[in-house]
Amino acid sequence: MIDGLMQYEFLQNAFLTGIIIGIIAPLLGVFIVVRRLSLIADALSHVTLAGIAASLLLEKKFLGLSGLNPLYMGMVFSVGGSLFIEKLRGVYKHYQELAIPIILSGGIGLSVIFISMADGFNTDIFSYLFGSVSAVSRLDLWTILVISVFVILIVVLLYKELFLLSFDEEHAKASGMSVKSLHFIFIVMVALVIAASMRIVGILLVSSLMTIPVAASMRIAKGFKQTIFYSILFGEISVIGGLVISYYADLAPGGVIVVIAVCILILTIFSKKMMAARSA
Amino acid sequence: MGNKDSIIVIDDVSYRYEKENVLENIQLTVEAGSFLAIVGPNGSGKSTLLKLLLGLLKLQSGKIKLFGQDIARFKEWHKIGYVSQKANSFNTGFPATVYEVVSSGLTTKIGLFRFMKKSDEQKVLQAIGSVGLLEFKDRNIGELSGGQQQRVFIARALVSDPQILILDEPTVGVDAQNVESFYAMLEHLNKELQITLLLVTHDIGAVSDKVSHVACMNKKLHFHGETEEFEQLDMKDMSLYYGHDVQILSHDHGHQHHHHGGGHA
Repeated sequence: MIDGLMQYEFLQNAFLTGIIIGIIAPLLGVFIVVRRLSLIADALSHVTLAGIAASLLLEKKFLGLSGLNPLYMGMVFSVGGSLFIEKLRGVYKHYQELAIPIILSGGIGLSVIFISMADGFNTDIFSYLFGSVSAVSRLDLWTILVISVFVILIVVLLYKELFLLSFDEEHAKASGMSVKSLHFIFIVMVALVIAASMRIVGILLVSSLMTIPVAASMRIAKGFKQTIFYSILFGEISVIGGLVISYYADLAPGGVIVVIAVCILILTIFSKKMMAARSA
Repeated sequence: MGNKDSIIVIDDVSYRYEKENVLENIQLTVEAGSFLAIVGPNGSGKSTLLKLLLGLLKLQSGKIKLFGQDIARFKEWHKIGYVSQKANSFNTGFPATVYEVVSSGLTTKIGLFRFMKKSDEQKVLQAIGSVGLLEFKDRNIGELSGGQQQRVFIARALVSDPQILILDEPTVGVDAQNVESFYAMLEHLNKELQITLLLVTHDIGAVSDKVSHVACMNKKLHFHGETEEFEQLDMKDMSLYYGHDVQILSHDHGHQHHHHGGGHA
């Protein structure tokens, strides 16, 4: 495998991308989980799929657009979807969760239309659904790197504001913070990270990388910073382990990554129980 | 309106949700250094009044001045510490330590794109110490008892050196034996640290020997004065305050109380 990494650019791309999203997906995931927005990640990933399908369709119908990177269209759709969710949450103030099924099914509906217009599924779409080691281009890697630097910078600079927003929104408002604009920045970051992650984990499994490592981390961490640290650690173990195994066993990496993450989660649940039993 | 030591001046404030009047012509002044309890039954508009004071709701009519400045132009929110009723029902599974929660009270004071300094860390420890929780500073907040959690929220409010602390039903969810020590702690904050306190509660009995002033409201302000005055009120009259059509005392009583000679009621 080391030889392969030295030799093949596609492997380097996949691993570097994997390592990057292993940081940013769980990093934002912590804020998503504690704010009880886990399902928003799911809804947005389906909107991203619609963007990718639209991009593939355009590529097929207009040969002139063959250089179009589906990642960009995916991002545009994802960010658009996130803004639409916010709009819906404002319209249905007392039924805020309603925004999620609307966006989610709307995203799938659009995707299916675009895919069937492009004469059905092919391997390309499959790799977007479940991730792929070989599909990451150098351009994807650079795009994802830029997004990640942006996201990490924002999270570091606005850490205390994001913490307060997550812990106690009312108090954030009462202390004069601009809660609306902060939430807007946050949801756009989520949309970008989802679009960035889908190459490796796949659309259908993106939200898992944002939630499962966090769920495991919350079992054992003391405090918020530790929760972030363990989430990223578990995320990295899952992504790197998943890529290695899927490379050797020729499996879709998304599936293997999620299964490893779930195994870590189960371990943390049992280790906590065992520790409690020992100290009792 | 109000002298320069008035921290809060509420002038003829009314508020309505859709068709229902929640507040009618409220006139109330909070002087620096006082410990005021606003009492009233559920649905009397106490929480609405607090939300207006904190800028969480927009004024519909009347005026509010904070530290002598019109609320619409007021920017120094760190001068006002707020402990909400919701503090009792927050997400107890939230993965944050006592230290992290208290630090979050400095968020707007430190300002955008800035980080905590050594002196800020000292302040956080001081605030945790002043509510007697230093030994718990690295515990997750969910592991503490209801009373301890409420102290954490007080510490969070204290950390930005507020001049006034506003508490909304702070002892809901705190067990009876801890309520007494909780109020003792508030008294200490008021007397030793000279922090003005505004406490909203429906339980007059628990606070009457600790506070300096009492305001009774039920949509309208029915009484506002020093605690001794308040205690001279016939308790039968008191029960009337909880009714709807009682307007025994004048509304413009607000800032007269420090000239009083007693026996106003």
